[in-house]
Amino acid sequence: MTLINYDFQKELISNGKREDGRGLNDYRDFSAEVGIIDNGNGSARVKFGNTEVIAGVKFSVGTPYPDSPDEGMFMVSMDLNPLSSPDYEPGPPKPAAIEISRVVDRAIRESKTLDFKDLSIVEGEAAWMCSIDIYPINADGNLYDAAVIAAYLALKDAKFPELDENNKPLHETRTKKGLKLHNIPMMVSFAKIGDSLIVDPTRREEKIMEDRIHIGTIDNGNICAMQKGGLKPLTNDELLEAVDTAIAKGKDLRKLLKKV
Amino acid sequence: MAGKSSEPMMVKGKRLDGRKTNEMRPMKLKVGVVPLAEGSAEFSMGKTKVIAAVYGPKEVHPRHMMIPDKALIRVKYDMLPFSTTDRIRPGPNRRSKEISKVMSSALEAAVYTEKYPATVIDIFVQITNANAGTRTAAINAASAALAHAGIEMRDLVCSVASGKADGTVMLDLFQPEDNFGEADLPVAIMPKSMGITLIQMDGDLTKKEFAESMKLVNEAMPVLYDLQKKALINGEASFEGGKIK
Repeated sequence: MTLINYDFQKELISNGKREDGRGLNDYRDFSAEVGIIDNGNGSARVKFGNTEVIAGVKFSVGTPYPDSPDEGMFMVSMDLNPLSSPDYEPGPPKPAAIEISRVVDRAIRESKTLDFKDLSIVEGEAAWMCSIDIYPINADGNLYDAAVIAAYLALKDAKFPELDENNKPLHETRTKKGLKLHNIPMMVSFAKIGDSLIVDPTRREEKIMEDRIHIGTIDNGNICAMQKGGLKPLTNDELLEAVDTAIAKGKDLRKLLKKV
Repeated sequence: MAGKSSEPMMVKGKRLDGRKTNEMRPMKLKVGVVPLAEGSAEFSMGKTKVIAAVYGPKEVHPRHMMIPDKALIRVKYDMLPFSTTDRIRPGPNRRSKEISKVMSSALEAAVYTEKYPATVIDIFVQITNANAGTRTAAINAASAALAHAGIEMRDLVCSVASGKADGTVMLDLFQPEDNFGEADLPVAIMPKSMGITLIQMDGDLTKKEFAESMKLVNEAMPVLYDLQKKALINGEASFEGGKIK
């Protein structure tokens, strides 16, 4: 990002404007599709403006962890694949990819949208392992929020495969049984540029942001996950204001999801 | 080849999905699906789906891979974990590395690499859903993405597989035919010169069957070629019921 761009964007944002014409608290246009991957047990494709991600759910059967014998397993992986942006390079997942995987995992897990007891098959012996893999197609900023929505929609779309007598999944035969979801986790991400917090930053805005904060909320407006990343400190007031915005924006986004 | 199925692959001259032996699956090709890339394309043939993106020509990293008098064409073929019936571990494996390598050569043949000395053109391909023929689908997508990126090329590269299932030679195998068939022959061709840039084969074919398989592939080329050209002009194109739209 060139210095002239930095100054230009910073100036705009300090006046409450953004280069794509949005207000500081406006999201880009949202659209989503589900059931797009035939071999996935559940799948979704989510777009915020030019940012696009796909998520797929796969079920397998494993042995439950000894400390939770009556619960299934759950894992979110996200890769920042070089197909989706000139900023990413091939190779094993870098810290930024691990961070986003873990933050999205926490947002879904801690929202309690899934009851892991529903994933149990035989206590202590067999349980469903639910893997969600998320891939950006075009990484034009704010992958966090898009990833949480894609993961949620893929879970909502997911149907269990049939099990044989040895509890081996028969992937060719799908049941109509899906997952019971108890909540809609929603993440709202902010970039701090100058003294302003903006929601749903684009890639160009992320390049000049001095700090970022991701806030996950659930249906009742409670907070279920949070992550700060970046070098500039945030003030207490900024944080409280961000939480207010995250709760309000979360509500708006949940309304949009009803149409998917 | 995995062995014989208990069910026949041909019933009354038709295949399990109702196709004739020389018929390809319905196809869709759309360019520009990754706006951040120089060029990109999404391609599907039946249930096999792939996205390709091209970055470059740009500076080569690592430096020792730089070729002073031409561009390096680097392909990374990747199957997404949820693209197959059983989840596969993310990241490269022996199969994906081999496919990436043969794809690089298949596509490089069509690029004027000497016009971009000491640079790299990166081609990333992701299989989002696998139902046989992923490497051929990947080549069609990558060829369209290269052209969409404005890379100077002597020709497009079109690709389809033929093979044998239930003793019958047929074009564009889908999953059951690939799993239980007797031979698989993926081919990539530059249609203008009909120069073959990729050929692989596994299974068992007589000399006559091989010639027959190649004939099916050759005859499919005009359709694949027109599909790519149409998508590059109109942004998207599809092939269904023997017609390109």
